[in-house]
Amino acid sequence: MEGFALFPPPSFWENWLHFWRFEDMNVLWVLMGSVLLGMSASVIGGFAFLRKRALIGDALAHAALPGVMMAFLLFQTRDPLIIFIGALCSSFLGFFLIDWLPKNTKIKADAALAITLSFFFAIGLMLLSFIQGMDVNNKSGLDKILFGQAAAMTEGDIKLLGYVTIFILITVVLFFQKLRLIAFNQAYARTLGIAVNRYELLLALLIVMSVVVGLQLVGVVLMAAILLTPIAAARYWSNQLAHILIIASLLGALSALISTQISYLAPAMPTGPWMVVSLSVLFILSLLFAPQKGLIKQHLNYKRLRQKVAEENILRTLYKLHERHQFSRHHFTQADIQSFRSMPSSCLQSTLKKLNRQGLVQSSSQGTTLTQAGLKKATQLTRRHRLWENYLNEQAQLSPEQVHQHAERIEHILTDAQEVQLQQELRNSQQDPHGNQIPRATLSKEGGGKN
Amino acid sequence: MINDIWILATASLVAAACALVGVFLILRRQALMGDAISHSVLLGIVLAYLITDSRALPIMLGGAVIIGLLTAWLSDTLNRVGKLQNDASIGIVFTLFFAIGVILVSLYAGQIDLDQECVLYGEIAFIPFDTLHIGGGKNLDDGFEIGPRAFWAIAVVFIIVLISIIVAFNRLQTVAFHPKLALSLGINIVFWHYFLMTLVSMTTVASFDAVGAILVVALLVIPASSAYLIAKSLKAMLWSAVAYSQASVAIGYTLAYQLDSSISASIAVSAGILLCLTVALLEIKKQRQRATATAQ
Repeated sequence: MEGFALFPPPSFWENWLHFWRFEDMNVLWVLMGSVLLGMSASVIGGFAFLRKRALIGDALAHAALPGVMMAFLLFQTRDPLIIFIGALCSSFLGFFLIDWLPKNTKIKADAALAITLSFFFAIGLMLLSFIQGMDVNNKSGLDKILFGQAAAMTEGDIKLLGYVTIFILITVVLFFQKLRLIAFNQAYARTLGIAVNRYELLLALLIVMSVVVGLQLVGVVLMAAILLTPIAAARYWSNQLAHILIIASLLGALSALISTQISYLAPAMPTGPWMVVSLSVLFILSLLFAPQKGLIKQHLNYKRLRQKVAEENILRTLYKLHERHQFSRHHFTQADIQSFRSMPSSCLQSTLKKLNRQGLVQSSSQGTTLTQAGLKKATQLTRRHRLWENYLNEQAQLSPEQVHQHAERIEHILTDAQEVQLQQELRNSQQDPHGNQIPRATLSKEGGGKN
Repeated sequence: MINDIWILATASLVAAACALVGVFLILRRQALMGDAISHSVLLGIVLAYLITDSRALPIMLGGAVIIGLLTAWLSDTLNRVGKLQNDASIGIVFTLFFAIGVILVSLYAGQIDLDQECVLYGEIAFIPFDTLHIGGGKNLDDGFEIGPRAFWAIAVVFIIVLISIIVAFNRLQTVAFHPKLALSLGINIVFWHYFLMTLVSMTTVASFDAVGAILVVALLVIPASSAYLIAKSLKAMLWSAVAYSQASVAIGYTLAYQLDSSISASIAVSAGILLCLTVALLEIKKQRQRATATAQ
């Protein structure tokens, strides 16, 4: 015990520095291997996701287990290539079964997935417990593929991992156009004369390969997340498949980087779960903060739209009040506004305050009045509202009672060009179906030029 | 000898409870939800143990049910709010929960008598050594020994499942076969969905000691699927699912005894083999019918 006291275990920090100095060449190899795996699995997972088979990776990874055990049992060796081929075979068998069951029996696709997954896994565990009862060499560590252990990978494992992942990435880049077409519209691809079945088989092979090769690192149980979570996260960042795949592969690489470090710093820790946790964190960040499709951005957009609608509604109400008094009275109280459009006083006051700040209305002790700019905007809105009512009445044969609700919504989003087009298509652009005058366009054209 | 009887009794209760719940999972097309809940239940068990420092059955059941329902609710929310495919949202949620569970198990490996292997395939062979005692106060070895705790856990859950199915049979039937009709009859589908998820969570956690997190999926899905292939009514499907599950226990136990392999894995494998046989027989029947049809 005293001997240990002389050399205190290195701190977390020192370990971390040691990791990044790559004094241990093995660390560098493991790191590169896991980053490559993260990238290739994310990319290939993207295609599985598009084919609406998001959980196929889960089933295939479980299905690889009996192959690994069988290969070990038959050849009594841990040679990575033999284990890889064994896993590939049983994974493919699983893939076939998932496809075959729903087509030929009453069993549904989701049940077929769950059946294949648990049945193959059970066979694998049965063989594993059988092997552990046997008296053979180097059987220890075989169970590491359940949860993955980056630190336990041998040089041979990493070489194989590198070759396979690079092969997958290159194949995807080469056949990108065709794979994309098949993923989005299989029937169309077929009419173009593409051998869809051949590419389906290629895709299946790539999926199975990337699942099987990742087992050492991530483990059987959590492989599903490596294929699925990066692409789900990347979807929030872009609408273009190429961009989505690149982002997904970067996310996969980043999580591989994080989890390999953790596995090195705390060797007892399995790598797979940490990779999944870091991926999930990246997913949650994307879900919330992505610039266009993130939840926060969407919520802000929604709030902004509601604000805009509330402001424009008040402007239009003021216009109608003006119209009612033949444009002779200019000041209206809040009660006047509320008699036309029912809304809570607090909401009305805060919206009026915002309109004041924008210089569209002016509030004084006499009441609220539209400024020049406000009148222009209100006229334009009313014009759009009434043009649209006319359009629905004339072209869509809606009765005058039906048109108001539609116009109430569309007035906020019509553009200048659409306004001109509406006027051109209308026979009657003087009066709306309720008999109200449609304000002239001169005002809005000036306003439109400035906007 | 007495140990073998306890193991067999536990295994057959686990298999029967799983088969009953699994029938509704298959009919509701929620097989993947069963997969997801059986994984995330691990987190519930570990958290319940770490927070309360107790392994009492109600606490374990509570933790598992909360996490199980959370899994179902979160994947549903992700599906609606995040606009993700149904299976993708399930996959994201359960892999995260399971990963956190495994990390906690390896962090507190000394404190929890769970390890990574046990999470995967349970330790049904060791069940007889962890017994419950009535009376005797603090000292666990005092009092009257009433049998393994895993047995009593699954017995309680089995009775809950059985009573639920008997009492709510008509409701469950309508919801399982015709959700739209149920909706128009004013049945609260959401409630029954989460009710089913509660049953799944409880069954999974009670089976956890015996068969682990993943093999329970086999017991949930495989006997029920075999029954789905041959049964013509819900009642027949429930009975045949239980029959399939009991047959798998019997065959699996013998197999494990002969090959000296894990009992729970062997039971799951034999359930799969029975399904394969059923499918093969049905295929042969189909071929023969086709042959006679062309001959005529």
